[in-house]
Amino acid sequence: MSTLKVAIGIAAALLTASSYGQTYKFGKQATAKEIAGWDIDVTPDGRGLPKGSGSVSRGKQVYDSTCAACHGAKGEGKPADRLVGGRGTLNTDRPVKTIGSFWPYATTIYDYVYRAMPYNAPQSMKPDDVYAVTAYLLHLNGIVGADAVMDASTLPKVMMPNRAGFHADVRPDTTNSACMRDCR
Amino acid sequence: MKKSIESRTGEADKVHASGSRRAFLGKSAAVMGATFSGGALAAQAGDNLPPNVPQWMKHEGRGLQTQPYGLPSDFEKHVVRAGRRDEVMPGAGSLQSPLQHLRGMITPNGLMFERSHAGIPDIDPAQHRLMLHGLVKRPMTFSMDDLMRFPSVSRIHFIECSGNSSREWRAPFGRSVQISHGLISCCEWTGVLLSTLLDEAGLAPEAKWVLAEGADSAAMTRSVPIEKCLEDARLVYGQNGEMLRPQQGYPLRLFLPGFEGNMSIKWLRRLKVGSEPFMTREETSKYTDSMADGSARQFTFMMDARSVITYPASDHRLTQRGFYEISGIAWTGRGRVRRVDVSVDGGRTWREAQLQEPVLNRAVTRFRLPWNWEGGEALLQSRAMDETGYLQPTRTQLIAQRGLNSQYHYNAIQSWKVTTGGEISNVHA
Repeated sequence: MSTLKVAIGIAAALLTASSYGQTYKFGKQATAKEIAGWDIDVTPDGRGLPKGSGSVSRGKQVYDSTCAACHGAKGEGKPADRLVGGRGTLNTDRPVKTIGSFWPYATTIYDYVYRAMPYNAPQSMKPDDVYAVTAYLLHLNGIVGADAVMDASTLPKVMMPNRAGFHADVRPDTTNSACMRDCR
Repeated sequence: MKKSIESRTGEADKVHASGSRRAFLGKSAAVMGATFSGGALAAQAGDNLPPNVPQWMKHEGRGLQTQPYGLPSDFEKHVVRAGRRDEVMPGAGSLQSPLQHLRGMITPNGLMFERSHAGIPDIDPAQHRLMLHGLVKRPMTFSMDDLMRFPSVSRIHFIECSGNSSREWRAPFGRSVQISHGLISCCEWTGVLLSTLLDEAGLAPEAKWVLAEGADSAAMTRSVPIEKCLEDARLVYGQNGEMLRPQQGYPLRLFLPGFEGNMSIKWLRRLKVGSEPFMTREETSKYTDSMADGSARQFTFMMDARSVITYPASDHRLTQRGFYEISGIAWTGRGRVRRVDVSVDGGRTWREAQLQEPVLNRAVTRFRLPWNWEGGEALLQSRAMDETGYLQPTRTQLIAQRGLNSQYHYNAIQSWKVTTGGEISNVHA
């Protein structure tokens, strides 16, 4: 193939990839302040966790006033998700998937509670209270002690019981035969 | 909140009943395509039939301005989405599409299935912004005007919730194909390629995953691999020729062709480029597939090939012997549907169905097969093969691989049992 043909081929590929092979300069540069207001995610390495801290005992107060109405007095669930228990059930006919039995990362509790809870007032809880209720939920599940304090340093270090319970997708995992007659 | 099979199906029936003709349509008329009767809208039976001149020819019809946004006929009020009612969290749940009433490959916008986790936000597009930041050279915000100035692309694609048929694993559950299979829809989507925006912001070399976040009160988040973002991910604002419906993410949603619907984040407000998956609640504790040994598959994005007969199905009843055109839909996240086979004897013999053109990449394909019902028992099944050669599995084959706890990604061959009386029901065969 000639150099020209190769060049045309590459140009055509680029054209497809980015429409017309150019940039458009639409949009605005996001400011640090704008990003800070919206950048709420917390990852397993602890990035995104804010300053602040919360204890198990403070977490019980937060839970009782903010969470128990939907998740039960001790996290047993109903009407909303069960949060506590279920260890040892994942390989049974009726797995009980909770923070304690199933969630692989403790940081995800912080992320989810802040972004989406309580259901009627998401993104309203103060960092100290989110840390506290996270500590309490970990304690109810027997993962941290009654004197535990969660903050940006301690939370990413919590090892969840089901941390190794996930693996990659292996599909397609079934094979069927395209038999047309006398198949069964 | 938990409801039994009976009461859940009852909910769906109630929705239908509000359309006033559920019982009539559900039993026989839908199959026979018979004329409508009953209700205040109809006159005496036969008044409008030959040799009489129909009433609607004797005076001018409704004024054109009475309905600036056109709506379906009053006689189609039973054709609605249906789902379980949740009194405590009415914004969390799903509504299934009435597959038994749909024609062709396109789902009308008002009948598209819906899964929402914390209600439907009413977003002013003038005040909506998309933020793109993280591992990019230039963090950006885009208004809707900005986004709609970029080169656009329109494509017809299906979208399916990975929880579609999640209640069919253990026992036949849905009494209607709407309930058993209704979390699938197919629309034309218009928007800008995500790769165009990533070019605009400049990807850092270590970029591997992109977090997408919604502007609903769940702030729904999923991590998307960078390969998908650069291949065919889109930010869409148009659906079947008009702007997205609020239920579908107005004014902007992510769209990932072939991937489980939850990842196509609605009400998209933020994209953050990172080097690792973000491990959100929705990709760890939810939307992972539990296996019999207690482990779970994670990042099970692709929707595998699948099909279902939508006519005749559990919603219908055969009232006369003779010709029926079996019809249904097939789809695959891995490209085009290559072939659909249909069996009327529970999988003993199969015939290849006709595919309605166009057969598009990652779109619903309608199939049809002529069938002469002679009044005996029958077991109707369909199986889709996609262009990779993958053939939709039997339920036994699926469970052999995944057990019964998987919940998501059920794609087994569906069976409809036809009795000698023409009754049709959802069975496992």
